[in-house]
Amino acid sequence: MSGSRMLAVERLRSPLLEPVSFELATGECLAVSGPSGSGKTVLLRALADLDPNRGDVRLDGQARDAMPAPAWRRKVTYLPAEAGWWAETVGGHFTDWSAAEPAMVALGLPAECRDWPISRLSTGERQRLALVRALVQKPRVLLLDEPTSGLDSAARTAVEAMISACLAAGAAALWITHDDAQARRLAGRRLTVERGRVSEAAL
Amino acid sequence: MNYIQLELTDLALAALLVLLNAGLSIALQLKLERQLVIATLRMIVQLLLVGLVLTTLFALVSPLWTGCAALAMVLFAGREIMARQERRLAGFWAYGVGTGCMLVAAGLVTIFALTTPVQPEPWYNPRYALPLLGMILGNTMTGISLGLHTLTSNLVRERVAVEARLTLGATRREAMLPVTKSALRSALMPIINAMAATGLVALPGMMTGQILAGVEPAEAVKYQILIMFLIAGGTGLGATAAVLAGGLRLSDQRHRLRLDRLAPLRD
Repeated sequence: MSGSRMLAVERLRSPLLEPVSFELATGECLAVSGPSGSGKTVLLRALADLDPNRGDVRLDGQARDAMPAPAWRRKVTYLPAEAGWWAETVGGHFTDWSAAEPAMVALGLPAECRDWPISRLSTGERQRLALVRALVQKPRVLLLDEPTSGLDSAARTAVEAMISACLAAGAAALWITHDDAQARRLAGRRLTVERGRVSEAAL
Repeated sequence: MNYIQLELTDLALAALLVLLNAGLSIALQLKLERQLVIATLRMIVQLLLVGLVLTTLFALVSPLWTGCAALAMVLFAGREIMARQERRLAGFWAYGVGTGCMLVAAGLVTIFALTTPVQPEPWYNPRYALPLLGMILGNTMTGISLGLHTLTSNLVRERVAVEARLTLGATRREAMLPVTKSALRSALMPIINAMAATGLVALPGMMTGQILAGVEPAEAVKYQILIMFLIAGGTGLGATAAVLAGGLRLSDQRHRLRLDRLAPLRD
């Protein structure tokens, strides 16, 4: 499955991030770990171009700077640890509800949650909804910031299975996790971040 | 026109009312007497100076001096806009955005008023230009400060929601639209309320002034309606420009939310 290089990162850097270069192949998942505040989120946000940063980042050979930032972010999508909500109800965050429904059900969310107010959702429900919201756009690279931190083991297994399916279908992922067992289950390689320095480490 | 001139003794008599306030403050230990005295003295001195300046300007009818006075008014109002922001833009922008937008909006509307409906001779006659500008400026200032205040504080509060849309590929305009809308709404609410309540709840100051000066109420009303239109125009133009400019400044070409361009919170 893996092999062809998909995301190429060269000397990506920002005031909080020392220059980092790495590559990500199709179908590959890279675990990202390190102490809190070390810059894991900074790395993912820089890849999604959400904070000012420099460096050469290419997706399938196409330079990031050559395409508008919104188009880049639809392909290289950052999923924050704390999801944001701009509409009153769950359904207000989806343009095509029917496309999202199968994934909701697979993650154990009831189909009738469409009319639920966001304020009623639990942390775990929000986390899964945010994942579905990102996945319906079929991004090529997923930048996942602890996507299972608030979930029970059943929901965690469902999320892992869903992301594995995306990887099998040709996506790639960077996955921030504090859980070594999870990293070994999903990732082929691991990046560790310490004080803004990114290095490759053994799994 | 006939109006009743005031003598100094009339003013002295009315000043007794302020003394009454001071007496109350002492009797009830409100500790307001110092502030009250300072505020009263400031008002007297400031108004006497303004009277002096206006008398001179009206005698000169000079485009240069009228322009200088107008500019000074705009610059003071700009400072007031900045002072009312809880979260200011960093650096020069804190002053520049509000003041620039107010200068353009209030300037355009005042010049329109002087050249089309009012038409004094010459068009920059300070007897008309400065009071008109003053009234337009005061309201535009309120609109711009409310708009900018709502924009910056809501962007800070809604940061996660705005960024959620950006991460999913929204443009900065789309992502910030709910915040921009509420900023404009709060900027325009006061003038809409003022128009709806005028005449019922309060008699506008300018109209009352004209009536006291001997103008027929029907004529004073026409002037007041004109002023309300001008104020609404100035507020709408200025607040829209300021909110859009503020939104552009707090985002960038790569459609990032740039709250780092806000000045750090003061204690």
